[in-house]
Amino acid sequence: MIDTTTLWITMLSIGIGSYLMRFLFIGVIGDRPLPPWILRHLRYTGVAVLPALVAPLVLWPAATDGAYDAPRLIAAFVTLAVGLWTRNVLLAILSGGASLYLGLALLG
Amino acid sequence: MPRPTTKSVFWHGLRDGAPFILVLVPFSTLFGVVASEAGLNVIEALTFSVMVLAGAAQFAALQLLAEDAPTFIAIITALAVNLRMAMYSAALTPYLGAAPLWQRAIAAYFVVDQTYACSVVEYEKHTDWDMAHRLAYFFGVAAPVVPFWYGCTMAGAWLGTAIPDSLALDFAIPITFLAIITPMLRTPAHVAAAIVAVVMSLIFAFLPYSLGVLVAGFAGMITGAQVEVMLERRQT
Repeated sequence: MIDTTTLWITMLSIGIGSYLMRFLFIGVIGDRPLPPWILRHLRYTGVAVLPALVAPLVLWPAATDGAYDAPRLIAAFVTLAVGLWTRNVLLAILSGGASLYLGLALLG
Repeated sequence: MPRPTTKSVFWHGLRDGAPFILVLVPFSTLFGVVASEAGLNVIEALTFSVMVLAGAAQFAALQLLAEDAPTFIAIITALAVNLRMAMYSAALTPYLGAAPLWQRAIAAYFVVDQTYACSVVEYEKHTDWDMAHRLAYFFGVAAPVVPFWYGCTMAGAWLGTAIPDSLALDFAIPITFLAIITPMLRTPAHVAAAIVAVVMSLIFAFLPYSLGVLVAGFAGMITGAQVEVMLERRQT
């Protein structure tokens, strides 16, 4: 069980810290132009950070204590394939979810 | 072409943000469930979502707290996961930086994956939008997303342990992230950035406190920028 004081200190710190990071550029830097090389790197934040977050979760799922899991791996590939093919985020998620449940029912 | 009204741009944003509801419902419900299993009550779970408003960071902090990790480790890990918010803020600055400070202060709270992803794409497309249009679009995207985040966190905390493990809600997170990534893979530079990020994050997964994600994220960004420069040189 998490200690109540610890929990509130953690939530407050992360909350304030996250807000400051969100405010950093938009609030402090304002409309002063940013150098092109910074902008060039920032274009690739989403496409770099999100895959970096996902890759370990796909290969070593927490639900199986990090053991390789075929239904989850297949579901990840189905999501990716449908997303690339249709460019439809929602359809990709639904396909991935359907594949996961089907896989867990058949293989799990 | 007639100039759009700010109202119509707000609705445009709302329509773009609405599909994310289906993504956020399992995600935030899951957070509520995990929080209640870790011993948080409904108010505490909701407070977490209201204050942090970032799923990955919330999950990371909660998991570490439940594992009895030191408090400062939980805080630093969550903030590290949220470093991308600073990057989003920077990416939005060329478009929103000229707005009055109080509007920027409010907008900053709503800088999340969805508002960033939608806004950057649309701002690039609609160069004729003025500041009022841009802000209307930004808050339009946030309008359907944020209330569902709060609401489903509470619902999940209420449902608590009633949800069986067989629902495999754990994998809602990876599937959601994967689906969000695919439309971003527009150019060879984007693809290269993603591939390098994946490889590096697997190589550096042994690093403690999610540091591997940061290393891989920065490696991916540098790769994307370098490939972009290379491709531009080849064209000229």
